Amino acid sequence: MTETLHETRLVVNGVPRTVRVPARRLLADCLRVDLGLTGTHLGCEHGVCGACTVLVDGQPMRSCLMFAVSADGAEITTTEGCRAPDGGLGPVQQAFQECHGLQCGFCTPGFITTITAYLRDNPAPSEAEAREAIGGNLCRCTGYQNIVKSVLRAAEIQGEVVP
Amino acid sequence: MFGEPIARREDPRLVSGAGRYLDDLGPSALAAAFVRCPHAHARVTDIDVTDALDVDGLVAIYTYDDLADDTATRVAEPLPLLIPHPALTQPRTAYALVKDVAKHVGEPIVMVVATDRYVAEDICDRIRVSYEFLPPVVGVAAAREARHAVHADVPDNVAAHLLQEVGDARAAIAAAPHTLELDLEIERSASMPMEGKGVYARWDAADASLRVYSSTQTSTSVRFALAAKLNIPVDRVEVIAPDVGGGFGVKIVHPWPEEVLVPWAAIRLDREVKWSEDRREHFVSSAHERGQQQKIRVGFDDDGRIQGLDVEFWHDNGAYTPYGIIIPIITSTQLLGPYKPGAYRVEFRSLYTNTVMVTPYRGAGRPQGVYAMERTMDAIAARLRLDRAEVRERNFIQPHEMPYDHQLTFQDGRPLIYDSGDFPASLEKLKKLVDWDGFAAYRDAARAEGRRVGIGLACYVEGTGVGPYEGAHIRVESSGKVVVSTGLTTQGQGHETVFAQIAADELGVPVEDISVTTGDTRRFKYAVGTFASRAAVMSGNAVALTARKVRAKALRIAAEALEADPGDLEITDGVVRVKGHPPGASGGEIPLRTVAVLSNPLRYAFDEESKRATQFAVGSSDKPPVDEDDEPGLEATDYYSPMQATFANGMHAAIVETDPETAEIKILRYCVVHDCGPMINPRIVEGQVHGGVAQGIGGALYERIVYDENGQLLNASYMDFLIPYASEVPVIETDHLETPTPLNPLGIKGAGEAGVIPGSALLASAIEDAEGITITRMPMSPSDLFHLRQGATE
Amino acid sequence: MKPPVFEYHRPETVDEALSVLAEAGTDGKVLAGGQSLVPVLNMRLAAPRHLVDINRLADLAYVRSGPDGVRIGALARHAEVERDGPAHAAVPLLRQALENVAHPTIRNRGTTVGSIVHADPSGEAPAVLTLLGGSMKLARAGSTRTVPAAEFFVAPLESALRPGELAVEAYFPRPPDRSGTAWREVSRRHGDYALCGVGVLVTLDDDLRVAAARAAFISVGPTPVLVDLTDAVAGQQYDAVDWSAAATLARDRIEPEDDIHATASYRAHLAGVLLGRAGAEAAGRAAA
Repeated sequence: MTETLHETRLVVNGVPRTVRVPARRLLADCLRVDLGLTGTHLGCEHGVCGACTVLVDGQPMRSCLMFAVSADGAEITTTEGCRAPDGGLGPVQQAFQECHGLQCGFCTPGFITTITAYLRDNPAPSEAEAREAIGGNLCRCTGYQNIVKSVLRAAEIQGEVVP
Repeated sequence: MFGEPIARREDPRLVSGAGRYLDDLGPSALAAAFVRCPHAHARVTDIDVTDALDVDGLVAIYTYDDLADDTATRVAEPLPLLIPHPALTQPRTAYALVKDVAKHVGEPIVMVVATDRYVAEDICDRIRVSYEFLPPVVGVAAAREARHAVHADVPDNVAAHLLQEVGDARAAIAAAPHTLELDLEIERSASMPMEGKGVYARWDAADASLRVYSSTQTSTSVRFALAAKLNIPVDRVEVIAPDVGGGFGVKIVHPWPEEVLVPWAAIRLDREVKWSEDRREHFVSSAHERGQQQKIRVGFDDDGRIQGLDVEFWHDNGAYTPYGIIIPIITSTQLLGPYKPGAYRVEFRSLYTNTVMVTPYRGAGRPQGVYAMERTMDAIAARLRLDRAEVRERNFIQPHEMPYDHQLTFQDGRPLIYDSGDFPASLEKLKKLVDWDGFAAYRDAARAEGRRVGIGLACYVEGTGVGPYEGAHIRVESSGKVVVSTGLTTQGQGHETVFAQIAADELGVPVEDISVTTGDTRRFKYAVGTFASRAAVMSGNAVALTARKVRAKALRIAAEALEADPGDLEITDGVVRVKGHPPGASGGEIPLRTVAVLSNPLRYAFDEESKRATQFAVGSSDKPPVDEDDEPGLEATDYYSPMQATFANGMHAAIVETDPETAEIKILRYCVVHDCGPMINPRIVEGQVHGGVAQGIGGALYERIVYDENGQLLNASYMDFLIPYASEVPVIETDHLETPTPLNPLGIKGAGEAGVIPGSALLASAIEDAEGITITRMPMSPSDLFHLRQGATE
Repeated sequence: MKPPVFEYHRPETVDEALSVLAEAGTDGKVLAGGQSLVPVLNMRLAAPRHLVDINRLADLAYVRSGPDGVRIGALARHAEVERDGPAHAAVPLLRQALENVAHPTIRNRGTTVGSIVHADPSGEAPAVLTLLGGSMKLARAGSTRTVPAAEFFVAPLESALRPGELAVEAYFPRPPDRSGTAWREVSRRHGDYALCGVGVLVTLDDDLRVAAARAAFISVGPTPVLVDLTDAVAGQQYDAVDWSAAATLARDRIEPEDDIHATASYRAHLAGVLLGRAGAEAAGRAAA
């Protein structure tokens, strides 16, 4: 009674990967277990907390609500993929550190990817817009104060970088 | 470094996806899952695993009978009663797997071990358990009524009954010019960290040693508990708390059934086994808190000064009492807040219900106590038509009355004596921050626009830094790096940073050269745990004391090497030098890393540093290389053990707006003044306050654990248990006071729970002010407010 | 909370999808956005034997606007519909309502057609379809049929979709000239299911008086509750409409229930309040 394995091709953080997974393997578990990218976290497995949020073809989506097989052919970006090219902290990650935007860090991966995509499309948000941008992710530690600040600081950092 | 808001050292790995939380470990471990009881009160009559046996990937299935058969261990015994108390006359704890009768939805009955979690859940689905239903007891009212019993041998459902009193409150009330009676209720909520519990066990059969990773707030205690339950020598068990995704109290309970069963299975199977709790499991099988019914009688004079306070409350402790009666004891004692109520009588009964057990959630009984007291203060103000801040001020303990002895016993078994605090100054700061005196004008302007606003106020005192102790070990290595270890744990409080800051100051070493490990019994074996806002006070002071020992030893050795007097030496940037000696110039300085080498008189030079060390001559041939009362190594261990808790305080104010039509409630401003003494890292303290405030708001306006009369948990998901998003939490404005404490070397107090404590009291106060309707029950939703309004106009 | 086993199909064409669905019959379930289905699977509240993943059917990923309204294909994500300029110009109510669906991340994956078929009594899209008198195109191997909104929503979480059928398109008619729409809802947290919500369509005559008005309510009945309010507000000047009679009319038609978040009577109260607010806003837009 073994499950059929489906060959699934994903480009994860710029690297082509092939996995053979059962159809019901959630994208989050595929990333974490089959690909060893444990940065993406599972907080609820029903789409509410957002800790599992990754970018699928550049758009934030809940990886706990997608099957890996459905993502066949897609480009996935996880929090690991939001680092700088040299492996150091990317701008959003750096902003989080500068602004004390995390405490336990468990929800942080979902914020990092969501904000990365948001700032790409909205490079200069107001404080209200920044708060709205993070409105779909739960954090139990920070009360969101410093996460809002992190969004604004990340926008600044990105603005400072000469493309 | 003390007082510096430096960025956290742990952040680079956590923000970049390199954190190591429990489920990130053991990728090739077997997975455990559980069949959990779907009924609130039921006898298990049969467990049929036939359909489960042919599932591909099944490794093992265990029930209580398997535990009972294992006479070499104690896993079949009930889980321990962690904190007994003479008043807890009817304590009850669970078995690791249900033995006969399950007493709440969620109790584990069968453990399944399989190749992965998906398969384990498939197997669980195929196991058929038969039940005989027993009548469930749900809610304080039903528990008090006691038509049915949760535990057959506790027919009145009373686990504990405790009375504490100072003076004769009832007589004082009878004699007082004014009296009031309040019936209050505060409903159940829960810690809800974003990461659930988890256990990962590795057994080394060749070595007969066990390593357990657990998402716990107390790895040292889990170690002792496992050694006892599994009958393994303590020094063959190590427990490590990896990165932990939040605790907020729920992870202080131990050992959970899974903490016992997963290692037990790992040993039996000689395989790595891991269990990662999912969200639904967390709702139905971890712990909740906050539910109480309270009856208050207060007597006061024309100025609003309390002459006598008589509190009776009923505390819902769920089905079991592993954590004793700490929460209601804290409610009883911390209810007093910054006030001196003349005579005080507090009596509680802790009651069983067929629901998840109740153990500390950030605040741990304080929110309930503050709720009772602050509603009372508002009621007094309303009765006498006095300003609510004024009434509180008149009841404050004054700074010159410190230390103030309430003549009660606190949760640590020690006298409830406030050591320091300036309550009038805190209130003054708060009134200024929120513009308390200007609110009437603000309200008038809002009213002219058809808007309804109100302001609220709540004060609390928080006993922090309870003992019995914490310890630290510090070692300076020959690389010059400083390694700090302490036994308590971390769930986001920035311990890797703040303890490094303390060590940096005490040792004179750059903070970048210091690494800190917490919660790993391989590195530090004696500890109590992280809870009760104690980590900074306890381990912070232990780190300071230990660092002072290391510094003293370093100076002694350096003094010998430099032929100087230790009193003439100082350490800066990791170099010991004679005071006034120009940095870099030879002869008057020696790097700490060299001192480290010198402290260990080895025969062999194993690295560059030890070769260099030979230029310094230490010791003389009329003494042994290692002195009688000395040890090799530039390292030390020390402990800090307090005489009593140290009392922090805070005051919050909030301005709310309610929609006259929809009854929606919006917080316009939320202001905090807190006093936890000097702050090691102000940004980290502020972050703790922010998070607590968000939980306080959640508990006041959104979060509520709802059981139906059958004991079914109706909102066991994040869809229906409403943790606030960023849209529900306003900007939090903070200011602080720093009244140091004389009680510990660093003069600090704890701050971990501060933000959450007055939430429900505060928002009840503000909404009541906006609406002019008395509020006795929290949390408050728009629907609740709508009905309150209907009730008020009938 | 891992999903149970299912047999997975990922057809490359619509015909293939219909063929698989026909064979699977009552054991088959379509996977489009998955934002409603996958939580159900993760919680093991359902265990369909066959899952038909239609995410490869690029032909169904369209939002087409024309003079008669907006047609949305099965694979159009809420986010795409929300962002679509021409769709917003033709049927503004789509964006007005859809920006209340959960959170942007959910809308990036969830489909509007999927959410209509899901038929949640708290769903915004079903109410928009109902209010505008739209319809669903349902295909099966060999034929298609069109079901008007009034017949599409049968019971909570139950639509008129039959086993073997795939909903391929939702059609939202353009409102008449000189119409305005608005959407209001109250939820516990931002993005949560509404405790009560309403979409209102107001049409004015040449003198800017109300010629017609209707509303569709969510979360106060087993399916969206459509109420014709014309009798209560006809003839009134657009910026001075007394919505209270309309509210009374509406409250007679809705059937709210108690749950842990709100009582039935509070929801009924909200229905009246929100109707007034949305009505005023819709009327204002109609006049603009």
